[in-house]
Amino acid sequence: MWIYEKKLQYPVKVDTCNPTLAAMLLEQFGGADGELSAGIRYLTQRWTMPTDRAKGLLTDIGTEELAHWEIIGTLAWKLVKDASEEEIKGTPFEAHYVNHGKSPFPHNAAGAPWTANYIQSKGDPIADLHEDMAAEQKARATYEYLIQISDDPGVIDTLRFLRQREIVHFQRFGEALMIVQEDLDSRKFY
Amino acid sequence: MDREQVCLLKEIMEVSFVLDETSLYLDTHPNDERALRLHNNYAQKYSEIVSLYEAKYGPLQNHNMSQYPWAYINGPWPWEFDYRLC
Ligand SMILES: [Fe+2]
Repeated sequence: MWIYEKKLQYPVKVDTCNPTLAAMLLEQFGGADGELSAGIRYLTQRWTMPTDRAKGLLTDIGTEELAHWEIIGTLAWKLVKDASEEEIKGTPFEAHYVNHGKSPFPHNAAGAPWTANYIQSKGDPIADLHEDMAAEQKARATYEYLIQISDDPGVIDTLRFLRQREIVHFQRFGEALMIVQEDLDSRKFY
Repeated sequence: MDREQVCLLKEIMEVSFVLDETSLYLDTHPNDERALRLHNNYAQKYSEIVSLYEAKYGPLQNHNMSQYPWAYINGPWPWEFDYRLC
């Protein structure tokens, strides 16, 4: 089970009111390579993982991704919470606003709703761990685009942290892949 | 917003992040004794600092003990903190 802890994983600082940037950040809230996809993907893959080390890793990274999802929601919220309707009008956030107000919603930057089609759980640990490594790289690339278009120092600071986490996760999934590969090989021999 | 509360929570977040990192590492390196010692040290530190925080500001988790009245619900919630205060 999960128990909520009343804290964020990283102290989210936002220095500006910026509805456009909020709309772009939702790419990582409900987009294909976003944090929701990551969390649901890893947590779903646990049932068919053959080794304890990989089960532990999927559980812990999956859980951390949900904490990242909360961080993105917080960034988006802080960027719009003080925005007047005048400040929202004419920005890419306007279409979001007429449906969801200032609440974050799991759709991507272009407004397409989150779908399980973004993820896979193949029941095959080698395929799944390769998918996970690719997912971490795609998330890293998205963070780099977001950092490029951000002009809020606080937001950039948090995005850098999240980008760094994708690199760590990629490293750990690579190790898990080797562990699972060795485990499968040893079963073939004995 | 209470600046002292922000500072203490940020300290908890820092210690907690070390544990995020050590536990992921240990998941794939369960026999690394040095990393495990680091993890255990921080786990100890974590429970101490959480007790300190919870005595002042209420439970961080709904399974933990609270003074009367139930303080778990007390704001600010994590997304409402102004982390720039500390
Ligand atoms: Fe990740």
